[in-house]
Amino acid sequence: MHQLWAIVSKGDNIPIVIMLFLVAFYVAWALRQAFANDKSIAETAKLPVPDKVHVWPYLVRIEFLGAIAIMVIFTIWSIFINAPLEEPANPNRTPNPSKAPWYFLGLQEMLVYFDPWIAGVVLPSLIIVGLMLIPYIDTNPTGSGYYSFKQRKFAISTYLFGFTILWVSLIFVGTFLRGPGWYFFWPWVTWDPHKVVALTNVNLHEMFGIHSKLIAAFFGMIVVGGYYSLVPLFYFWKKKTIPTLQKMGLVRYAIVSFLFLTMMALPIKMILRWTLNIKYVWVTPWFNV
Amino acid sequence: MPIADLKKTVTKSPIWKSVFRHDYKDTPRNRYLQVLSNVWLHLHPTKVSRHAVELRYTWGMGGISFFIFLVLTVTGVVLMFYYRPTDQYAYYDMKYLMNDVPFGAFIRNMHRWSAHAMVITVWLHMLRVFMTGSYKPPREFNWVIGVILLVLTLLLSFTGYMLPWDQLAMWAVTVGTNMARATPLLGHEGPLGPQIGMRPDNDIRFLLLGGTQVGPPALLRFYVLHCVFLPVAAGLLMIVHFWRIRKDGGISGPTGKL
Repeated sequence: MHQLWAIVSKGDNIPIVIMLFLVAFYVAWALRQAFANDKSIAETAKLPVPDKVHVWPYLVRIEFLGAIAIMVIFTIWSIFINAPLEEPANPNRTPNPSKAPWYFLGLQEMLVYFDPWIAGVVLPSLIIVGLMLIPYIDTNPTGSGYYSFKQRKFAISTYLFGFTILWVSLIFVGTFLRGPGWYFFWPWVTWDPHKVVALTNVNLHEMFGIHSKLIAAFFGMIVVGGYYSLVPLFYFWKKKTIPTLQKMGLVRYAIVSFLFLTMMALPIKMILRWTLNIKYVWVTPWFNV
Repeated sequence: MPIADLKKTVTKSPIWKSVFRHDYKDTPRNRYLQVLSNVWLHLHPTKVSRHAVELRYTWGMGGISFFIFLVLTVTGVVLMFYYRPTDQYAYYDMKYLMNDVPFGAFIRNMHRWSAHAMVITVWLHMLRVFMTGSYKPPREFNWVIGVILLVLTLLLSFTGYMLPWDQLAMWAVTVGTNMARATPLLGHEGPLGPQIGMRPDNDIRFLLLGGTQVGPPALLRFYVLHCVFLPVAAGLLMIVHFWRIRKDGGISGPTGKL
């Protein structure tokens, strides 16, 4: 507990604690309004269109009060808590654990489950590109300009899962539960810099008794390829009966399923690691997945 | 001379009239002019949907993020007066700032905490925009600009993290930039990187750091990116972001269509 307090009260970690509360609060607030709107849409089949107000004074006064509130908070925060300044930079002394800035700890946490080229380069790039693509792949015209859930179940569930579980909670794990050697420590366990964990991880093909490197590479390709192609195949099977699929079209559907499956690959790999100690699914001489 | 007369003389004078184009009486016309004739306020329309002033709808997060950006600009400029981005001085300038400069620690604290806060408020702004479906037509492109601004916010924070030049800074940036080694094709430890001739001294990480490890050239590069390139880029995109809000029909809200 003493150690937990030491981590939590570190200047740079205070924002993370604040963020956890803020994210929980705002997600709850958004969903509350979404359910309220869903209910009133179900009952009256419409939402009132708001009238217009003068910017001066109604908007300008909110901006003014907001600016004052922010300045008060920052002033008090800056008076009482000092920004960290450790010993001078020393390339010969590596701290253990070495951690990236807190907002990147979700990415650093992914390194446990994927090689750096995936966790550090490909997945972050896909997050950025995927976010940019959202307006172009979401063809659902409803739910624009008001909180709602019923009309956008898939979009909202996916976004909230990605943001709260895969981004924010991994930051939490990376900050508070990862100790020396990036080993996992429960908050009440004291960090042991000499902790040794037996490496019992195996590759997926070894579990199937495949030992030839060539066959293993093909085996992995089929597993990963199958994972990515099964959902697109669903399109051809069901496009006649599900109008949403027709509306999306093949290209949009393929992009959505690729991004969605890539996102879900992280929790799948995490569960495979925790339960079956799988290290890699696909092993080749040049890269491993 | 009675006060009323004095007031009249002043407000009717050519000097006063050259500065203030309309009087302050609370009339609809003056409410419009208050916004239209003010360079700082004319970014706003003269009237907005009632939705736009409801905190439960907007959370004020976009405006708060912009305000924090202004706080960071002002405190950042003050810090630049006391900081030299070289191996020899950087850390000791920080010590000087924290211990000897009047209000130095306060300014630096505010810069640090605002930077963390901006990352959070930008995420929350994005959450609000998503939850209200505000990225839907006609606002698709503004969402794209917003994503780029989010990336710039993270990069600004990351490059600034390095500048104190202490252990925390150096190793956080080392962990972060080590990822660049593993870039496919462009990194010397990435898939197919070595096969096409990537070495520690010619790959993308070398470009980023100006060396094979986080050293003085990297400090200078991050300083220039942090103080010049990234804020200017973010500022330009913010102009586009705000302008697009107006052009795309103002802050989103129910249109009557469900």
